[in-house]
Amino acid sequence: MAFSFSDEQEEFRAVLRRFLEDKSPTSEVRRWMETEAGWDRETWRRLNQELGLTAIHIPEDYGGQGFGFVELAIVLEETGRALLCAPYFASTALAATAIMNAGDEDRKRALLPDIAAGESVATLAFTEDNGRWDPSGVELTATPADGGYLLDGAKSFVLDGHTADLIVVLARLPGSSGDQGLSFFTVSGQAKGLERRPLRTVDQTRKQARLTFDAVPAEPLGAMGEAAEPLARTLDQAAVCLANEMVGGAERLRQDTMDYIGMRMQFGRAIASFQAIKHRAADLLVEVELAKSAAYYAAAAAAEDSEDLPAVASLAKACAADAYMHTAIEAIQLHGGIGFTWDNDTHLWFKRAKSSEVFLGDPSHHRELMMQRWDAPAEGAVA
Amino acid sequence: MSDATEATVRAEARAWLEANWNPDLGLIEWRNMLAESGWGVPAWPEEWHGRGLPEALAAVVEEEFQEIGAVGVAKAGIRLLAAATLLEHGSQLHKEKFLRRILTGEDTWCQLFSEPGSGSDLAGATTRAELKGNKWLINGQKVWTTSAHHADYGLLLARTDWDVPKHKGLSYFVLDMHQPGVEANPLRQMNGHASFNQVFITDAEIAPEFQVGELGEGWAVATTTLMHERRRADGLRTWARGSDRPGRAYDEERAEIATVMEPYKWYPQRAGRVDLVLPRAEATGKIDDPAARQEIAKLLTLSKAAEWTARRARAAQEQGRPQGPEGSLGKLIASHVARAAAHVHTLIAGADAMLSGEDGPLDGTIAEILISAPATSIAGGTDEIQRNIIAERVLRMPKEPRFDTDRPFREVPKNTVS
Ligand SMILES: Cc1cc2nc3c(=O)[nH]c(=O)nc-3n(C[C@H](O)[C@H](O)[C@H](O)COP(=O)(O)OP(=O)(O)OC[C@H]3O[C@@H](n4cnc5c(N)ncnc54)[C@H](O)[C@@H]3O)c2cc1C
Repeated sequence: MAFSFSDEQEEFRAVLRRFLEDKSPTSEVRRWMETEAGWDRETWRRLNQELGLTAIHIPEDYGGQGFGFVELAIVLEETGRALLCAPYFASTALAATAIMNAGDEDRKRALLPDIAAGESVATLAFTEDNGRWDPSGVELTATPADGGYLLDGAKSFVLDGHTADLIVVLARLPGSSGDQGLSFFTVSGQAKGLERRPLRTVDQTRKQARLTFDAVPAEPLGAMGEAAEPLARTLDQAAVCLANEMVGGAERLRQDTMDYIGMRMQFGRAIASFQAIKHRAADLLVEVELAKSAAYYAAAAAAEDSEDLPAVASLAKACAADAYMHTAIEAIQLHGGIGFTWDNDTHLWFKRAKSSEVFLGDPSHHRELMMQRWDAPAEGAVA
Repeated sequence: MSDATEATVRAEARAWLEANWNPDLGLIEWRNMLAESGWGVPAWPEEWHGRGLPEALAAVVEEEFQEIGAVGVAKAGIRLLAAATLLEHGSQLHKEKFLRRILTGEDTWCQLFSEPGSGSDLAGATTRAELKGNKWLINGQKVWTTSAHHADYGLLLARTDWDVPKHKGLSYFVLDMHQPGVEANPLRQMNGHASFNQVFITDAEIAPEFQVGELGEGWAVATTTLMHERRRADGLRTWARGSDRPGRAYDEERAEIATVMEPYKWYPQRAGRVDLVLPRAEATGKIDDPAARQEIAKLLTLSKAAEWTARRARAAQEQGRPQGPEGSLGKLIASHVARAAAHVHTLIAGADAMLSGEDGPLDGTIAEILISAPATSIAGGTDEIQRNIIAERVLRMPKEPRFDTDRPFREVPKNTVS
């Protein structure tokens, strides 16, 4: 499935696209991005009741639909295209995935059905003020106390962290460092000692928060001290998800720009008739198609849990980030003055491209990971 | 002043500043002294507030101002484009009425060129000027007009003849912005500022003596304005920064920056703030990241080479030699610098690049760079138009066939604008 979608998948995409065009036009995006919460419970409920989006990649045993990463990637491509203001990436792509990877059986049974139903909105809090996307940046500690654990420290860049009902927190056990001692916990959004502050973000369509933990009681999610492996897996899968979301946004911007240049006249002709513009349009198509191929291939690798997932996840993330940012820059440029205005929609995607470029690690970070993970050619394979 | 040398000019400027500069003077009073003495704009002609010095020596005078900390003439915004245009094409009346008040900062100007239907294709302007009795009556709409909401006067490009090819039917005027027929509405930009405007012009009046240049020769006059605008593209970095010293002149300059110069607050950011790159790289530790180092080095190379290219252009001009192609490249290079700088600032900021306002690096300055840089390659003529100019005028490559210049403007296909 790495190179084409089935008829059912295409049908699903079409339904979803119509739904989002109806429920999440840019007028709605603009309305929600101006609010502190950034999303609307009612639309969220309908999204999940009518289309079961939050259940998509969660196994049926846990109240989900039992599809895989290819279907999740389709949803994300469409939400990225529509710039949907909802905690979908936080709750489904990040938190549910982390719980599936790291959770004990009883915790999965306890947590996933509500997330699958969209009743509980979850998020994953792993990055801290240092902005590092690997375990070495984790300083928040989990101290054993009275048979449970207390969390102390701070998390930042937490998607929808100020509105989530449930927070999956990555912490380390006292005295540990690096990959050792890492553990996942869950904390209620209303927990005592937890302070949540919305952050001012360049991209208003996806909210972030800084969370401070002052002796917050937390429940372990899985085996204590064993989170490094499920975390790495979660981050790879999340990178694939983000890559697909980004190509959705890039494609939408590209198409909108084509529409505009076809209509806009200067020098007595459509600006699309200038060869300089045609070449740019052709180059953009190439770039976005390459990024789509990478994102789709990576989604299939995630779905099949293939060995090369870590390498292709990073490849796809870096490729999609560059393509999205470049498309966004070109989209504004090709719109001219109107592209620089607030009322024109182009900047909404531009800002999402900017935040997606660095979220989960910027392209140079992922290119480095990709090189570390790439299988060296077998000896003798290259003369 | 042909016998002036760097040493004599420096000594003379210093002596004059030492004798006259006093931070407790009123700003306008001081600037009037500058306009009278010629030290405020030494490269201007002697009969119009200058000293007729070559640009190189004017730069020496500028250094002396910096040295002593003296406030200069009003410089920011469109005013110097207006001055340059009027010095070249204006009548005696225009020069008398406008030049001094441009320098003192008493009048603020805007550039009424772009319209909803014509931006790159400025010669496609459809704002009409019709002679009714002894007045020009102006009707139409302008857009992206920076600072129009503060402006006292506007440089207006309008159509006076629809039955000749587009470039031949334009005329150039000075429009008094304080009249009932002129309405400027600020438009919000993607960076949150609202420095440019939509300007509706309905039966606004212009007396015939405020036409600049001959009837139907507006395009040539506009070209002068644009040439000066594009040449100054790399000077954006220094706009809108005041001194923090005490004194009445400084106070009044700070007040000016906070009001009429407010629209330009984000202009240094739009140019990319290359000056912040190394300090930020040090502060974040990215200076030790090999990938970041490569990108930073590329940016610094570009930025330095750009600066030296501008210096070459100026040096040729100062020596009275014909300028080479280097003189036409600055605007396009400035776009490259701004874009590369936004990229490098993102790389250095990492996750923090997602944050703005008080939560963002340097209180939101980095975020402002990221969301302002796109203006650089659009404002003042887009990169594509600069490339066409370089290709056709500098490289003398064959012109594109055109379909809009060989017939009466009336018959040229246009955007339908609501
Ligand atoms: C911050 C800012 C401040 C500004 N301030 C002022 C001001 O004070 N006064 C004023 O009059 N204007 C001002 N402008 C307007 C600016 O000059 C125009 O936006 C610019 O010239 C482009 O015109 P346009 O917006 O109509 O875009 P269009 O001309 O419609 O261009 C759209 C796209 O088509 C491309 N294109 C057009 N023609 C060709 C061609 N022949 N070949 C290849 N590509 C082509 C352009 O490069 C661009 O990418 C400002 C703009 C900005 C962003």
